[in-house]
Amino acid sequence: MFLASLLGLSRLQFALTAMFHWIFVPLTIGLGIIIAIMETYYVRTGNEFWKRTTKFWMKIFAINFAIGVATGIILEFQFGTNWSNYSWFVGDIFGAPLAIEGIFAFFLETTFFAIMFFGWNKVSKNVHLLSTWLVAIGTILSALWILVANAWMQYPVGMEFNPDTARNEMVDFWAVALSPVALNKFIHTVSNCFVHGGVVVVGISSWYLLRKREEEFARKSIRIAAVFGLISLVVLIWSGDGSAYHVAKKQPMKLAAMEGLYISKPGTPIVAFGILNPNKTIARLESDSLGYALEKPYLFNISIPQGLSLLVDRKLNTFVPGIEDIIQGGYTYVDELGNEKVALPVRERMKRGKIAIDALALYHKAKDASDEEGKALALGELKENFSHFGYGFIEKPTDIVPNVPLTFYAFRIMVILGGFFIAFLGLAIYLERRALLSRNRWFLYLSIVSIPLVYICTQAGWIVAEVGRQPWTIQDLLTTGASVSGVSTSSVATTTIMFFVLFSVLLAAELAILFKVIKKGPSA
Amino acid sequence: MLYFLQHYWWLLVSLLGAILVFLMFVQGGQSLLFGIAKNNDEKTLLINALGHKWELTFTTLVTFGGAIFASFPLYYSTSFGGAYWLWMAILFLFVIQAVSFEYRGKAGNLLGAKSYETFLFLNGLLGTILIGVAVGTFFTGGSFVMNKMSITNIANPVISHWTNGWHGLDAIAVPFNLLMGIVVYLAARTLGLLYVIKQIDLDSLVKKAKVQIKVTGVAFVLGFVALLAALFTMTGYSVSPENGLISPVRYKYFFNMVELIWPAIMLVTGVVLVLAGIGTALFFKGKNSFFLTGGGVVLAVWSILICAAFNNTAFFVSNIDIQQSLTLYNSSSSEFTLKVMAYVSLFIPFVLGYVIFVWRSLTKTKMSNEDISLPDSHKY
Repeated sequence: MFLASLLGLSRLQFALTAMFHWIFVPLTIGLGIIIAIMETYYVRTGNEFWKRTTKFWMKIFAINFAIGVATGIILEFQFGTNWSNYSWFVGDIFGAPLAIEGIFAFFLETTFFAIMFFGWNKVSKNVHLLSTWLVAIGTILSALWILVANAWMQYPVGMEFNPDTARNEMVDFWAVALSPVALNKFIHTVSNCFVHGGVVVVGISSWYLLRKREEEFARKSIRIAAVFGLISLVVLIWSGDGSAYHVAKKQPMKLAAMEGLYISKPGTPIVAFGILNPNKTIARLESDSLGYALEKPYLFNISIPQGLSLLVDRKLNTFVPGIEDIIQGGYTYVDELGNEKVALPVRERMKRGKIAIDALALYHKAKDASDEEGKALALGELKENFSHFGYGFIEKPTDIVPNVPLTFYAFRIMVILGGFFIAFLGLAIYLERRALLSRNRWFLYLSIVSIPLVYICTQAGWIVAEVGRQPWTIQDLLTTGASVSGVSTSSVATTTIMFFVLFSVLLAAELAILFKVIKKGPSA
Repeated sequence: MLYFLQHYWWLLVSLLGAILVFLMFVQGGQSLLFGIAKNNDEKTLLINALGHKWELTFTTLVTFGGAIFASFPLYYSTSFGGAYWLWMAILFLFVIQAVSFEYRGKAGNLLGAKSYETFLFLNGLLGTILIGVAVGTFFTGGSFVMNKMSITNIANPVISHWTNGWHGLDAIAVPFNLLMGIVVYLAARTLGLLYVIKQIDLDSLVKKAKVQIKVTGVAFVLGFVALLAALFTMTGYSVSPENGLISPVRYKYFFNMVELIWPAIMLVTGVVLVLAGIGTALFFKGKNSFFLTGGGVVLAVWSILICAAFNNTAFFVSNIDIQQSLTLYNSSSSEFTLKVMAYVSLFIPFVLGYVIFVWRSLTKTKMSNEDISLPDSHKY
């Protein structure tokens, strides 16, 4: 069973940690700005009401921040402990954003966090306000650098393979830091965090309105959070559209999995809603290809004709390849540089990947034997086939297909909930402006339900990005299988269980504390 | 240029490591829980005084990890992926610390205040010892094999792995590593006590800290002397910059100090400052003892870490095959990356500047139980 293997467990552990970390980070980032806005009101008006409001949300922020810090360090360590091959093979590029994150973002956050929480009586109002903004900016900057690193894994640019050190090396820092995927990912993720913070604040505030407590506090919190959330949502949708474009260019298999698209046609439709046929699986493609071919991809679907072509290329007739198309190859596509190319079958890429890997070994043998001619020959072969390097580690063509149902449904959950939040936040603004919130108790209940929904939406987005890119740690260059450390399976199993227990306890404690703080309210 | 950058980055990573040991006064302070801080008032005040600083230590640890990943990725890969259980133990001990300050005093914290205090105590005691053990491996090496060309073996592309099933726990059993761990713990505890003396306004606690410093401070100094004796009589491994061949050299670290001289000067200055700090705490009010000893610890640790890799020394020796040991030359990032990171490092003084500004703003006066009970204070 895959999950019991070293790779399966290592992936499970990383997914567990990343998703657990991702429970807390969006609220920290979103709430940080909302708090800073509230404190700005306080400093500008001198009204103690805003100070009290700021301080209440700061309590929530602090509880959430602590657990975010605790889980963040685990991810950093795990790159080394569980993915040591990866750490060397691309550490030259990947390590830099991590170090920059520490120097620029973490110190900013944690240093001014101290003033934010302990400095009310020790610094002036303006210095305190500045500190709160710097913490908020620090959280955003840390998101920037880790997303630069993540985007590079999905869209490797600004690097060259060094045959002497047998690893990838950075040759253009700005290409890495400012790659269109990095910028898009950053905007998409941070605006998602803002929406997340906005929805949580609206939800918690609504609880007070339901209880007829702290009504001014709740209404004004809703006003700020809903407006902030809705503006961010517009940016979120715009950047989501950009994401689709980049995914289509660099990660066509991820896009095909997101759509449950097996065999495509020019003018590819997009599935607005659908239920996948559970009998059409990649495993069946290997074991029973005839039976597989007879199955339809969806049990039910509502599709928008030519929607996918339009989304990824702004043209009605573009061919967006499906899973089988990518495996078989042979279709034409336009690469990032605008050149028209014919896609190679995965089998061919696997062959060329193995040639590249063998050429690297030959290069070193020739180097050891001081055979200059052999070195040049091997190097030429390596360079020619390097773009397929990662395929050399693939055992069979279907291994490049990620988990289709997970990616497909996660994508739909994310988009549908995103659509829901437009209506929800719009309505929150309308009802608050018309002073109708307290009279519409159904909306207040809906607001509370929206809190778990926004967590589901945020997690779903992460699943699309990370499950959808499997089996690659570095797109086309390194598989997760070739990235994993040489530790024993039992060690990783043990630490995974330990993390699971630890996370469960921490989450339970966090929630219990949060509920108490909310119950006590801002007057406590 | 690459040669310079490799050394520059080792210098910076070592400095971060040295600052980390200084900032682990927070851990040292945590180890005083259940010891000199017994009743709730004492514990709460101690935890709050340390709680204003814990994130700085934590961030330094994270940045140390990030910096070593960026500058010497092969070390990150080999040590973390090999000494798996050692690093995992350190990780768990720091994760439980990160939530404990915030959650300890909160209603509904599920586990009760005592559990979180125990987490802080464990982090203070074992976290420092195990970090010391990990630092010790810079001198004693590890049971690993490393071959960059393994990446061409499709069936098993793992570049490095530990050769025994202990996955790094074996490092704790190496006497030098353990001694290093204990000395790091004693340094942290000494600094924690000096921080209490400097920062806390509660007579009962300060009095006990002054008594404790006699024991801990003296133990730290004696432990440190023993550590230096072990280090200077140890065999180290020299690497040839021309062909990368590694060979044993008796008294290598002593020679590194003597041949380079400036680390020796740093070490001596560091020792003097440490002694001055402890001495002023023992015989005077000890107002500046914390920074004196802290500065001394930074200089001493920095000089020792420099000697681990400078002067053509292998800084992570493979005890299985010394030719597979890690050196500044075979484990660093590329010249380009080190250069980019060197530009980034120019911002470090700016970061240090605002850290010092905030530190000073928040610790102008001693902390009392009244301070943390003020309506505007965020109490842990």
